[in-house]
Amino acid sequence: MPANTIRFVLNGNPVETAVADPTRTVLQFLREDLRMTGTKEGCAEGDCGACTVAVVEIDRSGNHIELKTINSCIQFLPTLDGKELITVEGLHGKDGQLHPVQQAMVDQHGSQCGFCTPGFVMSLYVLYRTNPKPSRREIDDALAGNLCRCTGYRPIIAAAQVMHKQDDDWNSQQHLDALCAVRREGDLALENNGRRFFAPQDIAAFARVYEQYPEATILAGGTDIGLWVTKQHRELATVIYTGRVAELLDLHTSASHLEIGGAVSITEASAAILGQYPDLDELFRRFASPPIRNAGTLGGNVANGSPIGDSMPALMVLGASLVLRRGDQERELGLDEFYHDYQVNDLQSGEFVACIRVPLARKGLRVASHKWSKRFDQDISAVCTAYSLELDGETVTRFRMACGGLAATIRHAERCEQVINDAPWTAETIERACAALAEDFAPISDMRASADIRLVAVQNLLRRFWMESRGEVEETVYTYGR
Amino acid sequence: MVARAVGKPLPHDSAHLHVSGQAAYTDDLPEPRDLLHLAVGMSAVAHANVRDLDLSDVQAADGVVDTCTAADICGENNYGSIIKDDPLLADGLVQYVGQPLFVVAAETVDAARKAAHRANVDYEELEAILDPLTAVEKKSFVLPSETLVRGDPDAALETAPHRLRRRVSLGGQDQFYLEGHIAMAIPQEDGGILVYSSTQHPDEVQGIVAHATQREAKDIVVICRRMGGAFGGKESQAALIGCIAALAADKTGRPCKLRLDRDDDMIMTGKRHDFVIDYDVGFDDDGRILGIDFEFAARCGMSADLSGPVNDRAMFHCDNAYFLENVRILSHRCKTNTVSNTAFRGFGGPQGMFAIECVIDDIARTLGKDPLAVRRQNFYGTEDRNITHYQQVVEDNIADELFDRLLASSDYEARRKAIHAFNAGSKVLKRGIAITPVKFGISFTSTLLNQAGALVHVYKDGTVQLNHGGTEMGQGLYVKVAQVVADEFGISIERVRTTAADTSKVPNASATAASSGSDMNGKAAQKAAAKIRKRITAFAARHYGVSEAEIDFRDDVAHIADRSMDFPELVRLAWANRVSLSATGYYRTPKINYDRATFSGRPFYYYAYGAAVTEIVVDTLTGENRVLRVDILHDCGDSLNPAVDLGQVEGGYVQGVGWLTSEELWWNDKGDLGTHAPSTYKIPTCSDLAPDFRVELLQNAANREKSIYRSKAVGEPPLMLGLSAFFALRDAIADEDRVLPDLRAPATPEAILRALQGVANE
Repeated sequence: MPANTIRFVLNGNPVETAVADPTRTVLQFLREDLRMTGTKEGCAEGDCGACTVAVVEIDRSGNHIELKTINSCIQFLPTLDGKELITVEGLHGKDGQLHPVQQAMVDQHGSQCGFCTPGFVMSLYVLYRTNPKPSRREIDDALAGNLCRCTGYRPIIAAAQVMHKQDDDWNSQQHLDALCAVRREGDLALENNGRRFFAPQDIAAFARVYEQYPEATILAGGTDIGLWVTKQHRELATVIYTGRVAELLDLHTSASHLEIGGAVSITEASAAILGQYPDLDELFRRFASPPIRNAGTLGGNVANGSPIGDSMPALMVLGASLVLRRGDQERELGLDEFYHDYQVNDLQSGEFVACIRVPLARKGLRVASHKWSKRFDQDISAVCTAYSLELDGETVTRFRMACGGLAATIRHAERCEQVINDAPWTAETIERACAALAEDFAPISDMRASADIRLVAVQNLLRRFWMESRGEVEETVYTYGR
Repeated sequence: MVARAVGKPLPHDSAHLHVSGQAAYTDDLPEPRDLLHLAVGMSAVAHANVRDLDLSDVQAADGVVDTCTAADICGENNYGSIIKDDPLLADGLVQYVGQPLFVVAAETVDAARKAAHRANVDYEELEAILDPLTAVEKKSFVLPSETLVRGDPDAALETAPHRLRRRVSLGGQDQFYLEGHIAMAIPQEDGGILVYSSTQHPDEVQGIVAHATQREAKDIVVICRRMGGAFGGKESQAALIGCIAALAADKTGRPCKLRLDRDDDMIMTGKRHDFVIDYDVGFDDDGRILGIDFEFAARCGMSADLSGPVNDRAMFHCDNAYFLENVRILSHRCKTNTVSNTAFRGFGGPQGMFAIECVIDDIARTLGKDPLAVRRQNFYGTEDRNITHYQQVVEDNIADELFDRLLASSDYEARRKAIHAFNAGSKVLKRGIAITPVKFGISFTSTLLNQAGALVHVYKDGTVQLNHGGTEMGQGLYVKVAQVVADEFGISIERVRTTAADTSKVPNASATAASSGSDMNGKAAQKAAAKIRKRITAFAARHYGVSEAEIDFRDDVAHIADRSMDFPELVRLAWANRVSLSATGYYRTPKINYDRATFSGRPFYYYAYGAAVTEIVVDTLTGENRVLRVDILHDCGDSLNPAVDLGQVEGGYVQGVGWLTSEELWWNDKGDLGTHAPSTYKIPTCSDLAPDFRVELLQNAANREKSIYRSKAVGEPPLMLGLSAFFALRDAIADEDRVLPDLRAPATPEAILRALQGVANE
């Protein structure tokens, strides 16, 4: 019989709670069940940050803890099992004094209406813990998932710049001990009124339960599935969570590849990818926001297969492949071959993404990516491009280009690639390639951009890549003057 | 009275609560027993007769207790405050996608929201008008078009050495308050209803709830401690939410709460008006405007709401800081089958100012001049050329002085040269710079709204409770008014607690809007406090046999001739001697008078000024751009609280830049809003703030009018400082050539790419 409770630590105190609805969000649990109303709902889709909370977990080593922000509005409660949740109510000192982060926000006039403030405080709190001397850019990055409509951000940035002047009474060992006390040995299985939530610990168990419930929803970071519940009001009968499966959380480098487990977060995966391909830095900075990257997984991004997913163009031009598993059967498939049509992919019933294999960098390979959207941070791409280029002198020996936002799936710009491969890397070739892009793609108009301008944009982005490769333009508006 | 608290940069009175999650917003209040949660069923089409509204599946859904439709409204089915054309729940006719059709009351939020999607609605679709130009063509208006003429614009245009005719378009803007609309209604004994509402206008919610539920104002109490942002979006339209909660509470006899989901909020409630602006301008070789003819087409949506005064203000402010000697303004208030647009910080002023700034920029580029020179050519004078087109004399003009100071402090000229040099050598990245002024009229243009009340209690222990008709939406009104009251009693501000806006404490209060909150409520509260202080003073004079002139209150101490005692001690003594320690205060703004019929008079008590220089960099391949440096000098008079005012200036600027750059409202060809959540509607984020951001309040700038401590209103004016970013973009796109970039606002990367293509083709 499954024990229908989960255990976690809430602001230092162990909590054991029954879970009637496994898709109840952490925010609903806090506000509606516990009446802890400090954490706010601004959008219920992970885009405004008013609901930001911190999660503490034991890291891979088992000896240390790590702290990160997540959006509680789209995080399902059972995913907290075995973790610690810190909310704005948990920051004050023993005598009720404001935490240095909170005090800095008061001193710098960092709140006006105050509704976004608890979320900002939590993002600042994690920054306070993890970065003793943040630069403006690091502050921007840390706060990219928090919207403020009142202040214009200047005083919040100021708070981030002075908050370290005061120490707090953090004690890592206490948190580690508390986490050890709620650590679960074995699989988590919740079942109530036909609603099921499984969080297996190893990949064999995961594969088994998925074979048993092939109609189940596979839950990773929940950054999309959360919205199925909060916005579409879908009832998910059976949910299988990837976040405790050791093999899916594994990330290592083989002789030829980065082997990124299907449940590795975007934050961790992108760090590994950037280690190989630092030119993708801007792409991953602009990929959603820190809380979303902390919860969301590379495997989820790939398996979800949105035509505007930001990781896939880069993964495609890098020649990434997927290890797909069903039961105890595994197969490897190139990402190029994975997507068939809008939200149709090659996954068979009961099959899941076990691992993403990304070839290691090699000499002479130039890789880049451009994201084109209305806003720098946390926007959905209107167009996202990625390129890989190898030259022999002035002749292209291998060129790959993949695009998002231009078709029903992320895919290669095949005609454009044909024009450029084996051709001289010249302006004239690029202009022919731009003409070919108009044959490759027939984009649609929507709220993100109009069809005609999407084409102009992708052509200009290719021109830009060419200029960048020749050192004719080194800066973007995002790096200029900073 | 020596100011002790006034003028200090005190933190927001709730800052310590904000940062610790203890500030209670309406959804954080303890929920009463038996509370029902509401959700609204919305129209799926833009214009249709509703042949059948079948709610049987809704009523059968899990957790549903009741539903309400128009037929259940026993009173008036309207929340339009000026024109009664705004049904609470559609009655047979739907006029926009998202219009409320029915209400579900259920045991949980989830149950209500799920059930709301289960209605079976049979629509007979009608032709929908989805944009303002079509509305003009079909003469579809919510209110008659208005014309304001001064001088002889036709003759001036005919004879002008240069003439330019253009069209520019300007998008709307969602308020995107972080706290969405919400209200909780609780039935009270003997037919009363208590409504907790996130509203800028509790009095209006009270009145409209009373009408809708067939009650009287005395039966309804509306309370609002704070809003999580409002920006105008909770001025008129909060009444819809409050009424729906009250109707459901009335029908079910149970407390009811309606908290709109973000998407529903953005689909259901109104925004800033988008405008199409046609102009015909005649000017001389120096760029001085000789005559101008404006035609504005504003998207008002399906009802009038506040569109009348919003468009009036657009007409008033299409001069910005410039003297328009011969001018005609034709203003169309277009009725479209989209959500009814409403107040948003600036209230039509930003649109009017955008219009004239486009004209100025176009004139400058036509003549090959720095737009700065053309701006200065056209500024109002101080002795002559100082009468507005609505006949108000501009008595307090400081635009020139502000420009002088800001040009020097921002190093404008040198930077402009450096930018041109950079652009000459840069193929892809281009920089641009612009300086723009703000002159914004302060007062409600509807004269009767310029009144305010306050209620002050002094308790036996010498502490003070302050209440006034103003609402707190983050702007720091409560701390500013508390500063005024603390100084009136000479006590520390810690002794003053401001209580929630409450229609049972201060009646008939105007909306907290038009930037007038601290001007009006500060004065009203000061008068209330002064009454009590005078009573205590008179008592002390009698009691101790001294003259009133020998009595003074400061530093929490009452000085009575050569005697002194703690303020609480004197208060207790006054109470023991039966002195009334409670008083109301009332204020009406002086000097203003205005005839709506002729668009003439003095609608504004005074003007608030500001100026901003923005430098921007544009990627000409992608249209993406970043603000690099901002220099702002803003006039708050003698600021009541420079920290709070600085926050308004900074936040207003960034919000203005958002409106003009990344914030795009996009409807499809069915009138369906596609940008109804932060995933698709992009307000500025932290990294959008310029790395070099220099904001100053103008010093030694006492208001010439006798406003509260000679301060100036600051809520709305700074938003329009954001115009400088838009014109910096134009500057970068035009890149010194004599071309007029066809750049619409918001200047998204797409809009910029289009403008660049146009420039390339010229």
